[in-house]
Amino acid sequence: MSGVWVWIENRDGEIITISREAIGAARKVADELGQPLTGLVFGHNVSAVADAAFDLGVDAVLGCDDESLANFRIEAYGPLLSSLVQERSPAVVMAGASTRGRDLTGWVAADLDAGVVPDGIALEVDGDTIKVTRPVYAGKLLSTVYVTEGTQFISLRSRAFPQAESTGKTGQAEWVSPVVSEDAIPTKVVGFAPKEEGISLTDASIIVSGGRGVGGPEGFAPIRELAEVLGAAVGASRAAVDAGWIPYEHQVGQTGKTVSPDLYIACGISGAIQHQAGMRTSKVIVAINKDPEAPIFKLAQYGIVGDLFEVVPALTEEFRKRLS
Amino acid sequence: MKVVVCTKQTPSTTAVFTVDANGHVSWDDPGGKPNIVNPWDEYAIEEAIRLKENHGATDAIALTVGSEESKDALKTCLAMGCTEAILVSDSAFDGSDTVGTARVLAAAINKIGDVQIAVFGNRAIDGDTGLTPVQVARKLGWTPLTYVSAIKEISNGQITVERLLDDGKETVTAPLPVVISVVKEINEPRYPSFMGIRKANRATIPVWTAADLEVDGATGAEAAKVNWGHVYAPPPREGSVEIIEGETIEEKVRKLVDKLFEEKVI
Repeated sequence: MSGVWVWIENRDGEIITISREAIGAARKVADELGQPLTGLVFGHNVSAVADAAFDLGVDAVLGCDDESLANFRIEAYGPLLSSLVQERSPAVVMAGASTRGRDLTGWVAADLDAGVVPDGIALEVDGDTIKVTRPVYAGKLLSTVYVTEGTQFISLRSRAFPQAESTGKTGQAEWVSPVVSEDAIPTKVVGFAPKEEGISLTDASIIVSGGRGVGGPEGFAPIRELAEVLGAAVGASRAAVDAGWIPYEHQVGQTGKTVSPDLYIACGISGAIQHQAGMRTSKVIVAINKDPEAPIFKLAQYGIVGDLFEVVPALTEEFRKRLS
Repeated sequence: MKVVVCTKQTPSTTAVFTVDANGHVSWDDPGGKPNIVNPWDEYAIEEAIRLKENHGATDAIALTVGSEESKDALKTCLAMGCTEAILVSDSAFDGSDTVGTARVLAAAINKIGDVQIAVFGNRAIDGDTGLTPVQVARKLGWTPLTYVSAIKEISNGQITVERLLDDGKETVTAPLPVVISVVKEINEPRYPSFMGIRKANRATIPVWTAADLEVDGATGAEAAKVNWGHVYAPPPREGSVEIIEGETIEEKVRKLVDKLFEEKVI
């Protein structure tokens, strides 16, 4: 068994952020193992993605370009990756732990009766084994986990690894045929509505979040304005989502998203343990809250005790001045 | 059409963990209820009950792999409205990796028979792998539909669902049987009724062991290809909060912005 593979998720001809991080992490692992790094490029009309993968530092590209792969469907992508792994026995297969990356690594590991470790936040090469650090129990504990035999499937949490950078490298991809024909794929995609707001919570380096203190749907207006000035994503606590003030996809915390930005600005969020579960690994946490006893101040580095409707617009104004 | 909801008992949200010198994890809860139904599963249980109420499922069966104590979680399922609950418990399954657990769940779903939809919560808050739904689907040979935020239609042996992905909402159609995993947006779970709680307390929950199941492949720690090894508490966040003081709001935000530029997070 030899070689490190990384699945390169792409959308509209672009390599998505979490895959750039996975390529960077996989490159490091491959170098430490002294083995080549192969990028897996699946999709339709993806020759430019293969070129971009070489530029980001992979040594080889194993690709499959077919209309049946235009949308990610596990019945198409799973058997394709499975057959390639069976045929060529890589030592490691890595992917970003996106919704699709998690499904792909999990499904293929089950198919091949292999070991899989999801959501890595740190990697250590120990002989031939990749020791993976991952959070458990809502991030209250960490565990070091590894696959004991066979191909090691590993997915990586977003923003835990730096993105691979352009190297100027070029190369020739190897293209293989799909293994499942369209009429043998039971799932049909009948619609896709892309997310309205640009920055995804899990990719964002800054998040401005609102909670019960925003008081209503219109209370998110100053939060959105600050987010816009900072190029940040908008988050929310469960209380705000359950009240119907903002859609669920913005929810940070136990039954929402787990995020890890450089800066997390919590506005009118008390900081219930369920919320902390989703944001405790943020690098710097700022809390803005009327209540000086709010638990969020125990987690934050910086706090302003005050009315968010006064503090947030003033903050927006100050950033606007400094960043212009 | 039978529906199965696979659920798991987990430490409570507010549980406080201790790791001893041997890496053994234990927990206690300041509120006195150390174990709960996995919070994501509440949406799965609700959806299974709705499939019975609105889509003609004959049964909504709750299924758990775990220790005898997990019966508490199954009683919650019955109290909410599940028609039946089954515990799968055998020391032979202890230490299984996710693929091993998937084999056990697939075997139990096969034994129940005539199941058209197996519903899961998106992930469990303890191991937090989110792998079980897709791996059970593979072991059953069924289509996995993960991150489901709405069931749009079930007719003529086809199911149409909306999936909440990182970059948007995808609508897909697939033939039954399927495994679905659900996210919070799908519904608002009901509270158990008083009658439901009384019924659940009287119910006897059957326990299936390895001998009752035809598990395809090995289970338990010996067969696991993942070593869940070493568990430890992360280093605590350093320092305490610095409350920014100032005469005016403008002064406070100016000081805060200075700090954030110093931290290099802008």
